[in-house]
Amino acid sequence: MAKPLPEIPNASMADIAFLLLTFFLVTTTMPNDKGLSMQLPPPPEAQTEDIKIPERNMFKIQVNSSDALLVEGEPMADVSGLKDMIKKFILNNGADPKNSDSPEKAIVSLKTDRGTTHKRFVEILDIAQAAYYDIYADQAGVTNEEFRKVASDLNDPENKRIYDKGREGIPMNISIAEPTKAGGN
Amino acid sequence: MSKFRKKTKVKQDIPTSSMPDVVFMLLFFFMVTTELRKTAVDVQQRIPQATQLRKLQRKTLVTNLYIGEPKKSEQYGTEPKIQVDDTFIETGDIILWVNRKKDELPENEREQLTIAMKVDSEAKRGIIADVETELRKANARKILYAALQKTEKR
Repeated sequence: MAKPLPEIPNASMADIAFLLLTFFLVTTTMPNDKGLSMQLPPPPEAQTEDIKIPERNMFKIQVNSSDALLVEGEPMADVSGLKDMIKKFILNNGADPKNSDSPEKAIVSLKTDRGTTHKRFVEILDIAQAAYYDIYADQAGVTNEEFRKVASDLNDPENKRIYDKGREGIPMNISIAEPTKAGGN
Repeated sequence: MSKFRKKTKVKQDIPTSSMPDVVFMLLFFFMVTTELRKTAVDVQQRIPQATQLRKLQRKTLVTNLYIGEPKKSEQYGTEPKIQVDDTFIETGDIILWVNRKKDELPENEREQLTIAMKVDSEAKRGIIADVETELRKANARKILYAALQKTEKR
Protein backbone atom coordinates (compact mmCIF):
# COMPACT_ATOMS: atom_id res chain seq x y z
CA MET A 1 0.00 0.00 0.00
CA ALA A 2 1.40 3.31 -1.12
CA LYS A 3 1.68 6.18 1.26
CA PRO A 4 0.32 9.47 -0.09
CA LEU A 5 3.32 11.61 -1.07
CA PRO A 6 3.66 14.76 0.99
CA GLU A 7 3.19 17.67 -1.39
CA ILE A 8 3.56 21.42 -1.13
CA PRO A 9 0.54 23.08 -2.63
CA ASN A 10 1.81 24.95 -5.66
CA ALA A 11 -1.32 26.66 -6.88
CA SER A 12 -0.33 29.88 -5.12
CA MET A 13 3.28 29.72 -6.25
CA ALA A 14 2.64 32.05 -9.19
CA ASP A 15 0.98 34.61 -6.91
CA ILE A 16 3.90 34.56 -4.51
CA ALA A 17 6.38 34.95 -7.34
CA PHE A 18 4.34 37.83 -8.77
CA LEU A 19 4.39 39.56 -5.41
CA LEU A 20 8.14 39.22 -5.17
CA LEU A 21 8.50 40.45 -8.74
CA THR A 22 6.36 43.51 -8.03
CA PHE A 23 8.39 44.22 -4.92
CA PHE A 24 11.63 44.21 -6.90
CA LEU A 25 10.15 46.27 -9.70
CA VAL A 26 9.14 48.98 -7.25
CA THR A 27 12.20 49.13 -5.01
CA THR A 28 15.00 48.87 -7.55
CA THR A 29 16.30 51.04 -10.34
CA MET A 30 18.22 50.34 -13.50
CA PRO A 31 21.79 51.45 -12.81
CA ASN A 32 23.09 54.08 -15.18
CA ASP A 33 26.79 54.50 -14.59
CA LYS A 34 27.85 55.66 -18.00
CA GLY A 35 28.85 59.09 -19.11
CA LEU A 36 31.52 61.42 -20.41
CA SER A 37 34.64 61.02 -18.35
CA MET A 38 36.65 64.13 -17.55
CA GLN A 39 39.61 65.26 -15.50
CA LEU A 40 39.32 68.71 -13.95
CA PRO A 41 42.37 70.99 -13.83
CA PRO A 42 44.18 71.58 -10.49
CA PRO A 43 42.66 74.08 -8.05
CA PRO A 44 42.68 77.72 -9.22
CA GLU A 45 45.20 79.03 -6.64
CA ALA A 46 47.73 76.27 -7.36
CA GLN A 47 47.98 77.29 -10.98
CA THR A 48 51.03 79.07 -12.23
CA GLU A 49 50.71 82.36 -14.06
CA ASP A 50 49.11 82.42 -17.47
CA ILE A 51 51.19 80.85 -20.15
CA LYS A 52 50.80 82.42 -23.54
CA ILE A 53 49.59 79.84 -26.01
CA PRO A 54 50.08 80.67 -29.68
CA GLU A 55 46.83 81.30 -31.51
CA ARG A 56 47.36 78.44 -33.91
CA ASN A 57 47.52 75.87 -31.13
CA MET A 58 44.13 76.81 -29.76
CA PHE A 59 40.92 75.52 -31.30
CA LYS A 60 38.35 77.85 -29.86
CA ILE A 61 34.76 76.79 -29.45
CA GLN A 62 32.48 79.30 -27.81
CA VAL A 63 28.85 78.80 -26.89
CA ASN A 64 26.68 81.72 -25.84
CA SER A 65 23.70 81.87 -23.51
CA SER A 66 21.25 81.05 -26.29
CA ASP A 67 23.26 77.93 -27.21
CA ALA A 68 24.62 79.44 -30.45
CA LEU A 69 28.04 78.26 -31.51
CA LEU A 70 31.16 80.17 -32.52
CA VAL A 71 34.01 78.03 -33.85
CA GLU A 72 37.35 79.77 -34.39
CA GLY A 73 35.49 83.07 -34.62
CA GLU A 74 32.97 81.86 -37.19
CA PRO A 75 29.32 81.18 -36.36
CA MET A 76 28.34 77.58 -36.93
CA ALA A 77 24.79 76.28 -37.10
CA ASP A 78 25.37 72.65 -38.07
CA VAL A 79 27.73 70.71 -35.82
CA SER A 80 28.10 67.67 -38.08
CA GLY A 81 31.40 68.91 -39.56
CA LEU A 82 32.90 69.96 -36.25
CA LYS A 83 34.43 66.59 -35.41
CA ASP A 84 36.44 66.47 -38.63
CA MET A 85 37.55 70.06 -38.14
CA ILE A 86 38.91 69.18 -34.68
CA LYS A 87 40.62 66.05 -35.99
CA LYS A 88 42.27 68.04 -38.77
CA PHE A 89 43.34 70.66 -36.27
CA ILE A 90 44.96 68.12 -33.93
CA LEU A 91 46.70 66.05 -36.59
CA ASN A 92 48.01 69.04 -38.51
CA ASN A 93 51.66 68.71 -37.39
CA GLY A 94 52.49 72.21 -38.57
CA ALA A 95 51.35 71.80 -42.17
CA ASP A 96 48.59 74.40 -42.21
CA PRO A 97 49.57 77.68 -40.48
CA LYS A 98 46.04 78.05 -39.11
CA ASN A 99 46.08 74.66 -37.38
CA SER A 100 48.23 73.23 -34.60
CA ASP A 101 52.02 72.73 -34.50
CA SER A 102 51.80 69.21 -33.12
CA PRO A 103 49.17 67.03 -31.43
CA GLU A 104 50.96 67.53 -28.11
CA LYS A 105 50.59 71.28 -28.24
CA ALA A 106 47.06 71.34 -29.64
CA ILE A 107 44.41 72.49 -27.23
CA VAL A 108 40.69 72.35 -27.81
CA SER A 109 39.22 75.17 -25.78
CA LEU A 110 35.54 75.05 -24.93
CA LYS A 111 34.15 78.23 -23.48
CA THR A 112 30.53 78.48 -22.48
CA ASP A 113 28.34 81.08 -20.89
CA ARG A 114 26.67 80.78 -17.51
CA GLY A 115 23.38 80.61 -19.39
CA THR A 116 24.35 77.77 -21.74
CA THR A 117 22.27 74.67 -21.14
CA HIS A 118 23.93 71.48 -19.98
CA LYS A 119 22.48 69.65 -22.96
CA ARG A 120 24.36 71.83 -25.44
CA PHE A 121 27.54 71.61 -23.39
CA VAL A 122 27.42 67.81 -23.36
CA GLU A 123 26.76 67.78 -27.09
CA ILE A 124 29.89 69.83 -27.85
CA LEU A 125 32.05 68.04 -25.30
CA ASP A 126 30.91 64.77 -26.83
CA ILE A 127 32.05 65.90 -30.28
CA ALA A 128 35.44 67.03 -28.96
CA GLN A 129 35.97 63.74 -27.15
CA ALA A 130 34.78 61.82 -30.20
CA ALA A 131 37.51 63.50 -32.26
CA TYR A 132 40.17 62.44 -29.73
CA TYR A 133 38.86 58.90 -29.30
CA ASP A 134 38.74 58.49 -33.08
CA ILE A 135 42.39 59.50 -33.31
CA TYR A 136 43.38 57.20 -30.42
CA ALA A 137 41.46 54.32 -31.89
CA ASP A 138 43.11 54.84 -35.27
CA GLN A 139 46.55 54.91 -33.72
CA ALA A 140 45.88 51.77 -31.68
CA GLY A 141 44.29 49.98 -34.63
CA VAL A 142 40.94 49.33 -32.99
CA THR A 143 37.51 50.87 -33.43
CA ASN A 144 36.38 53.85 -31.39
CA GLU A 145 33.98 51.72 -29.38
CA GLU A 146 36.62 49.10 -28.60
CA PHE A 147 39.06 51.77 -27.51
CA ARG A 148 36.61 53.25 -25.03
CA LYS A 149 35.87 49.79 -23.69
CA VAL A 150 39.59 49.15 -23.27
CA ALA A 151 40.05 52.50 -21.54
CA SER A 152 37.46 51.55 -18.95
CA ASP A 153 39.48 48.62 -17.68
CA LEU A 154 43.19 49.38 -17.50
CA ASN A 155 44.05 46.69 -14.97
CA ASP A 156 44.35 44.18 -17.78
CA PRO A 157 47.91 44.50 -19.22
CA GLU A 158 46.70 43.90 -22.77
CA ASN A 159 44.16 46.70 -22.42
CA LYS A 160 46.82 48.96 -20.94
CA ARG A 161 49.08 48.26 -23.92
CA ILE A 162 46.38 49.21 -26.43
CA TYR A 163 45.46 52.27 -24.39
CA ASP A 164 49.05 53.50 -24.18
CA LYS A 165 49.60 52.87 -27.86
CA GLY A 166 46.53 54.91 -28.72
CA ARG A 167 47.35 57.81 -26.43
CA GLU A 168 51.04 57.99 -27.33
CA GLY A 169 52.06 61.56 -28.06
CA ILE A 170 48.50 62.86 -28.10
CA PRO A 171 47.23 64.06 -24.75
CA MET A 172 43.54 64.84 -24.54
CA ASN A 173 43.78 68.60 -24.19
CA ILE A 174 40.20 69.66 -23.85
CA SER A 175 40.16 72.82 -21.81
CA ILE A 176 36.94 74.01 -20.29
CA ALA A 177 37.22 77.71 -19.64
CA GLU A 178 35.49 79.59 -16.87
CA PRO A 179 32.08 80.59 -18.29
CA THR A 180 31.28 84.17 -19.21
CA LYS A 181 28.52 85.95 -17.35
CA ALA A 182 26.42 87.45 -20.14
CA GLY A 183 23.50 85.09 -19.65
CA GLY A 184 23.18 85.86 -15.95
CA ASN A 185 23.18 83.28 -13.19
CA MET B 1 -30.72 29.09 -25.09
CA SER B 2 -29.69 25.70 -26.14
CA LYS B 3 -29.91 26.86 -29.72
CA PHE B 4 -26.70 28.79 -29.37
CA ARG B 5 -24.74 26.18 -27.56
CA LYS B 6 -21.88 24.93 -29.59
CA LYS B 7 -21.83 21.29 -30.40
CA THR B 8 -18.15 20.72 -30.11
CA LYS B 9 -16.47 21.89 -26.94
CA VAL B 10 -12.97 23.19 -27.56
CA LYS B 11 -10.74 23.51 -24.56
CA GLN B 12 -9.80 27.18 -24.20
CA ASP B 13 -7.72 27.34 -21.04
CA ILE B 14 -4.22 28.78 -21.14
CA PRO B 15 -1.99 26.25 -19.42
CA THR B 16 -0.95 27.78 -16.10
CA SER B 17 1.27 25.07 -14.77
CA SER B 18 4.38 26.80 -16.06
CA MET B 19 3.33 30.23 -14.84
CA PRO B 20 5.46 30.16 -11.66
CA ASP B 21 8.53 29.28 -13.71
CA VAL B 22 7.94 32.12 -16.12
CA VAL B 23 7.40 34.60 -13.32
CA PHE B 24 10.43 33.37 -11.42
CA MET B 25 12.53 33.88 -14.51
CA LEU B 26 11.30 37.45 -14.79
CA LEU B 27 12.00 37.92 -11.10
CA PHE B 28 15.58 36.70 -11.40
CA PHE B 29 16.12 38.92 -14.44
CA PHE B 30 15.08 41.99 -12.49
CA MET B 31 17.03 40.94 -9.40
CA VAL B 32 20.21 40.65 -11.41
CA THR B 33 19.95 43.69 -13.68
CA THR B 34 18.67 46.29 -11.24
CA GLU B 35 19.99 47.67 -8.01
CA LEU B 36 18.28 48.94 -4.89
CA ARG B 37 17.36 52.59 -4.76
CA LYS B 38 19.73 54.29 -2.37
CA THR B 39 18.60 57.88 -2.64
CA ALA B 40 15.30 59.40 -3.64
CA VAL B 41 16.22 61.97 -6.25
CA ASP B 42 14.31 65.19 -5.67
CA VAL B 43 15.52 67.06 -8.71
CA GLN B 44 14.52 66.61 -12.31
CA GLN B 45 16.73 64.24 -14.24
CA ARG B 46 16.44 64.48 -17.98
CA ILE B 47 19.89 63.08 -18.67
CA PRO B 48 21.40 64.35 -21.94
CA GLN B 49 22.48 62.00 -24.72
CA ALA B 50 26.01 61.47 -25.98
CA THR B 51 27.96 59.00 -28.07
CA GLN B 52 31.39 58.76 -26.43
CA LEU B 53 30.35 57.08 -23.21
CA ARG B 54 32.78 55.50 -20.81
CA LYS B 55 31.79 52.99 -18.20
CA LEU B 56 32.82 53.44 -14.62
CA GLN B 57 35.33 50.93 -13.40
CA ARG B 58 34.50 50.51 -9.75
CA LYS B 59 31.23 51.39 -8.16
CA THR B 60 32.67 51.89 -4.66
CA LEU B 61 34.73 54.85 -5.85
CA VAL B 62 31.77 56.64 -7.36
CA THR B 63 29.61 59.24 -5.67
CA ASN B 64 26.57 60.78 -7.25
CA LEU B 65 25.83 64.47 -7.34
CA TYR B 66 22.51 65.56 -8.81
CA ILE B 67 21.76 68.97 -10.28
CA GLY B 68 18.41 70.07 -11.62
CA GLU B 69 15.17 71.86 -11.01
CA PRO B 70 13.53 70.66 -7.76
CA LYS B 71 10.55 68.39 -8.28
CA LYS B 72 8.63 70.11 -5.50
CA SER B 73 8.87 73.51 -7.14
CA GLU B 74 6.21 75.11 -4.92
CA GLN B 75 8.42 74.39 -1.94
CA TYR B 76 11.93 74.91 -3.27
CA GLY B 77 11.42 77.20 -6.28
CA THR B 78 12.36 76.58 -9.88
CA GLU B 79 16.08 77.42 -9.76
CA PRO B 80 18.30 74.36 -10.24
CA LYS B 81 19.58 72.92 -6.99
CA ILE B 82 22.38 70.57 -6.01
CA GLN B 83 21.41 67.35 -4.31
CA VAL B 84 23.65 64.80 -2.62
CA ASP B 85 22.62 61.88 -0.40
CA ASP B 86 18.96 62.87 0.00
CA THR B 87 19.62 66.52 0.89
CA PHE B 88 20.00 69.77 -0.99
CA ILE B 89 23.31 71.50 -0.42
CA GLU B 90 24.77 74.86 -1.36
CA THR B 91 27.94 75.24 -3.42
CA GLY B 92 29.87 76.25 -0.29
CA ASP B 93 29.21 72.88 1.37
CA ILE B 94 30.69 70.82 -1.43
CA ILE B 95 34.26 70.73 -0.11
CA LEU B 96 33.03 69.44 3.25
CA TRP B 97 30.88 66.83 1.56
CA VAL B 98 33.72 65.65 -0.69
CA ASN B 99 36.04 65.31 2.29
CA ARG B 100 33.43 63.28 4.14
CA LYS B 101 33.10 61.00 1.12
CA LYS B 102 36.87 60.64 0.91
CA ASP B 103 37.01 59.66 4.58
CA GLU B 104 34.73 56.74 3.84
CA LEU B 105 37.23 55.29 1.37
CA PRO B 106 40.44 53.46 2.28
CA GLU B 107 43.40 55.79 2.31
CA ASN B 108 45.09 54.52 -0.82
CA GLU B 109 41.98 54.99 -2.93
CA ARG B 110 40.95 58.48 -1.84
CA GLU B 111 42.49 60.17 -4.85
CA GLN B 112 40.49 57.99 -7.19
CA LEU B 113 37.12 59.21 -5.98
CA THR B 114 34.95 59.89 -9.01
CA ILE B 115 32.05 62.28 -8.89
CA ALA B 116 29.23 61.27 -11.21
CA MET B 117 27.47 64.49 -12.14
CA LYS B 118 23.89 63.67 -12.99
CA VAL B 119 22.77 66.94 -14.43
CA ASP B 120 19.43 67.79 -15.97
CA SER B 121 19.57 68.78 -19.65
CA GLU B 122 18.02 72.17 -18.98
CA ALA B 123 20.30 73.13 -16.09
CA LYS B 124 22.57 76.06 -16.85
CA ARG B 125 26.35 75.95 -17.07
CA GLY B 126 26.67 78.63 -14.38
CA ILE B 127 25.75 76.43 -11.44
CA ILE B 128 27.69 73.47 -12.87
CA ALA B 129 30.82 75.60 -13.28
CA ASP B 130 30.50 76.71 -9.65
CA VAL B 131 30.30 73.08 -8.56
CA GLU B 132 33.34 72.23 -10.69
CA THR B 133 35.36 75.04 -9.10
CA GLU B 134 34.51 73.69 -5.64
CA LEU B 135 35.42 70.15 -6.70
CA ARG B 136 38.77 71.44 -7.92
CA LYS B 137 39.35 73.08 -4.56
CA ALA B 138 38.36 69.86 -2.80
CA ASN B 139 40.78 67.97 -5.05
CA ALA B 140 38.16 65.59 -6.39
CA ARG B 141 39.11 66.06 -9.99
CA LYS B 142 37.81 62.92 -11.60
CA ILE B 143 34.32 63.60 -12.78
CA LEU B 144 31.85 62.02 -15.12
CA TYR B 145 28.92 63.74 -16.77
CA ALA B 146 26.19 61.13 -16.79
CA ALA B 147 24.78 60.63 -20.26
CA LEU B 148 22.68 58.14 -22.14
CA GLN B 149 23.75 56.38 -25.30
CA LYS B 150 22.68 58.31 -28.34
CA THR B 151 21.54 56.12 -31.17
CA GLU B 152 23.57 57.23 -34.13
CA LYS B 153 21.87 58.13 -37.34
CA ARG B 154 23.11 56.13 -40.24
